[in-house]
Parts: sequence; structure tokens; C-alpha cells
Amino acid sequence: MNSLKKKFVKGNEAVAMAAIEAGLRCYFGYPITPQSDIPEYLSRELPKTGGTFIQAESEIASINMVLGASATGVRTMTSSSGPGISLKQEGISYMAGSELPCVIVDIMRSGPGLGGIDASQADYHQATKGGGHGGYRIIVLAPNSVQEMYDLTMLAFDLSDLYRIPAMVLADSVLGQMKESITPNPYIAIPLPSKGWAVRGTGGGKQNIVKSLYLGDGEMEAFHWKMHARYKELAEKESRWEEYETSDADLVIAAFGVTSRIARTAVEMARAEGIKVGLFRPITLFPFPEKGIASLSSRCKRWLTVELSTGQMVDDVRLSVARDAEVSFYGRPPGMGSLPTPEELFNQIKKQIL
Amino acid sequence: MTQLFSRPSSLKDVQTHFCPGCHHGSIHSLVARAMDSFGIAGETIGCASVGCSVFLYNYFHIDVVESPHGRAPAVATGVKRARPDRIVFSYQGDGDLAAIGTSEIIHAANRGEMITVIFVNNTTYGMTGGQMAPTTMPGQKTTTSPNGRNVVNDGKPFRMAELLSNLDGVAYSARIAVNSPKNIIQAKKAIKTAFQYQVEKKGFAFIEALAACPTNWGMNPLVANERVGNEMIPYFPLGVFKNNDNL
Repeated sequence: MNSLKKKFVKGNEAVAMAAIEAGLRCYFGYPITPQSDIPEYLSRELPKTGGTFIQAESEIASINMVLGASATGVRTMTSSSGPGISLKQEGISYMAGSELPCVIVDIMRSGPGLGGIDASQADYHQATKGGGHGGYRIIVLAPNSVQEMYDLTMLAFDLSDLYRIPAMVLADSVLGQMKESITPNPYIAIPLPSKGWAVRGTGGGKQNIVKSLYLGDGEMEAFHWKMHARYKELAEKESRWEEYETSDADLVIAAFGVTSRIARTAVEMARAEGIKVGLFRPITLFPFPEKGIASLSSRCKRWLTVELSTGQMVDDVRLSVARDAEVSFYGRPPGMGSLPTPEELFNQIKKQIL
Repeated sequence: MTQLFSRPSSLKDVQTHFCPGCHHGSIHSLVARAMDSFGIAGETIGCASVGCSVFLYNYFHIDVVESPHGRAPAVATGVKRARPDRIVFSYQGDGDLAAIGTSEIIHAANRGEMITVIFVNNTTYGMTGGQMAPTTMPGQKTTTSPNGRNVVNDGKPFRMAELLSNLDGVAYSARIAVNSPKNIIQAKKAIKTAFQYQVEKKGFAFIEALAACPTNWGMNPLVANERVGNEMIPYFPLGVFKNNDNL
């Protein structure tokens, strides 16, 4: 099949390709570095499939256009980077409150404020803890290769539709900008619930209302407990992670996204010298793979979390190991030239072990 | 016996939460009659805003999506682009459309989105308790302009119907009032025309409806109704400011 031919593409392009393959009908976005390849690609390719591309007047408008399109039941998406994602939080909160599915892509750059355009993982808390008001969570997927930028974008559409929770693909400027060879797998539809809640006109029948306003006695509380149960179900069924060389490890490195690739090289360097180190890579950041970490920490007592920040995911690693293990942290806050080298991480491993 | 008047079929047979003398009810009724006249209620999707306008879905028997404050024109854009065969309208107040949502309305209008916008201007924020709106009249006292709107400090009220009529993307823009039988007849015609533009796929249509808010104006319904004619209409003149296809 022609579509299975390998393609040498940027991570951002892989996201856009996967979205079209997964049935994206409406994309609404706004330019910001380092994600602009996504709207550029979709402005060219999405209309060819009969889909709609609009460059909105703002990040705020684009997420609200996503809200409107999603309310009618179609697959819809927006993408941005830190400053733009901050502006979208209002709309994401409303979508979470209205149980509307959508895909949001965050190609993280450094911050706070205008920051810079280099790779960062400092939006971890914003993404995984509910970045807007009111108390909610969204699904957060963290690719670490261009292939996964493709695969996880498709998964994001499915999980979002399945659970009626917005889904975010959380990557960074390295993953967005670098080129790798990928296999653009065809989208295979999974059984999904029908969108009987969507607004499509009553046709003279039942009225559908998509809303997040709950004023009746006990309604708002009931909504929160319902979503709480759904988040738990999500954690049980959809937590994903990857382990590398963990079976006999004395030390496990926890890292996601681009950092996990550097960590993997460091693990290989350590193994070459006979140091028993493994890697635990969360693929879903929400739900966080607590069970995977908990079961590993029952036998491996030393952990090292590595992030491109002063430490955010480390909080969740510590909660997951509970009292079973000791968790150290090594971070390089984002900034030009602050990506750690494998040698640097190898030195950190030696510090922990020796 | 001939029946001269009946409830529009697009409206539910329920009591509204609106205060006595509020004009939202009359405006709802005219919007429903416009939908009835084209038989489009079953294929219409309303985009509600916040405040007094949010309960659109309690009164109209149509599908409705709630929008964040000011964002209804963006939400309506998403709805219409996803379902171009449906009739889509937003219903927004003055704080919503002319303050926090200025960007969304200007750009939706400039893109010429094939939607209808009903903008209710009652010169105040209703639901939040009568604060100063972008349409509050010079000198008008509100809970956040206790000495009256000071135009040196706050600028002058927006005339949205005229402002939008200057955009090439706008096909129809009119200002109406429902304070007298004569004005109601003209308002009914204008709202119908605004939906006709969409039914015939002729472009973006905008209705600014002047409305009384007796509760927040501190007036009884009769005096509030008179204020619409005596104070508002001289500043916000009624009429059609754009009618591209002369529908």
C-alpha cells in the first residue's frame, strides 16, 4: 500500500498527517513558533479532504471554534505552544465542563511569559492538573519520536471521543521540529459510542443542549463525581508507559518526551559499564501510570526523575512510589543550550549509584 | 372565530426568568416568529452566551450550545463550518458582544460567516447586577459608574450596528427596538430579514435590539420602556445600516 511507504517528516507534520488520517474535519489555529508547521500543513492539505481550515483571529477564538465544531459531533483540533495554550485554557475548561471531545496539540516552548522557542517540559503541570478554572483533567499523551507524534495523535482522537474528555498531545520544540522516518499507518476505527448528545438541529424531535452551567440543587456536585469516576476508569484502562532494562535495575530513571531519549542513551552507556539502570517512560501523563511505577518501585528502591524544568513530573513520581523508594531529581530548566547530554545524565547515574 | 395571535411554535410554553418589563421576552418572540416563518427551528442551532441570555435553551425548542463569555461568534463559526447546512445564530448581550467579545464579533463579521447575530443592547450588565457596559449612555449611573458614565474617563458608548456595517463581510446590519407597536412591526421585519440572509446563503446578518432593563435601571417597566424612546433611540438611531441584497 502506498500509504505505508516510509516518510521522512517533521514531528509537526506527522501530527497533521495523522489528524487527517484519523478523520479531522475542522482545524482552527493561530500561528506561534514552534508549531506553525501544523497549521501550514493543514491549510494546504485539509481542504483537499473536504475539511475546514480557519486561521482564527486569536488563540481564544480558535479554541472556541473547536468548541462549536465539537458540539456538532465532528472531529476537530487546534494546536499551539505555551503562550497560546495559556490563552486557550478558558475554552478548554468550558469543553471539559461540557464533556466535549477534541484534540489540542501543545508543542512546548520555554517560559514563563514570552520565554523562548527552545524545548521545554515546564507545561507539565498546566497540562496534567487542569490548566483552567473549576477542577477538571484532560487526557495528556507524551510522544518521544516522530512516529509517536503520528500514532499518539490518532490515539488522542479515539480516547477523547471514547471518554468525552479533551485530549492533549504534549510535545516540545525538538519533537515538533526534528525529522525522522515514519510509517504513516492507516487509521483503524475502533468502536466508539454514538454522539447522540451533539447539536445538529432537533429535526422536530428531542432537544440537545451542550452546556457547562449547572445551577440546580446538587447538579454541579453530581457532575464532579461523575467525572471523578470517569478519570478513575481512564487510569485503570488507558495508562500507558514503556519500560527499558528495568527488570534487574538498581536505579530507574523516569523521563518523558525528548528527555526519555537522552535518558535511554545514558542507560545504554551505564549498562555498557555494568551499571544496572533502567528507564521508565510515561506515555500517558494523564492518566499518570501510577500502577506501573508502584509495581516497579516495590522492587527497585532508587529513582531518578529527569525533566526539562526544575521539577514537575517528579511530584507524580514521588506520589506513585509512595514510601517504597527514594526519588531524586535532575532538571535542566528550558533555555538555549540547556538540553542535557547523555554524558551528563550518565554522570548523574554514577552519582546516584556509586 | 379567527385567531389573531398565537405563541410562536419555536418557543416552549413556559414562564421565563426575565424580570417584569424586560424586553428579552419580546425579542425572543420575534426571533421565534422569524424561525417559524421559514420553518427552520428543527434545523437551527442556537449559540447562547452568558448572563440573562444563557437560558435560550429553556425557551426555544431548538438545539443550543453554550458559549464562554463573548465567544459566541467564534462558537457559531465552529458550528456553522462543521454543519454548513444548518441555521446558526448567536444571542448576546452588550457586555458580552461589545466588551469582552469585541474581537470575536468583528472577525466573524469580517469573515462574512453565514450566521445571524442577535445583539441585545440594554446599556448595562444585567445578570451581574447593573454594572457599566460598553453601551452605557453618557452620564448614566450604574453600580460601577456611581457618578454617571464619564466619557472622558470611559469613552462614549459603542454603536455596534453602524460599526459592523462598515465591514465588507457584513451583508445586513440593522438596529431595532421593541418599545412600541410601530417599532415591533419594524423589528419583526428586520429579524426575519436577518434570518432570510442566512436561509438564502447571502451572508452575515446583524441585529442590534435596544432593550429595557427596568430592574437594573431602577425604573418601573413603563418608565423604562419610555427611556428606550426618549434616551436610547436618539443616541442609537433605529434603521437598516447595511442591506447588500435589499432583501
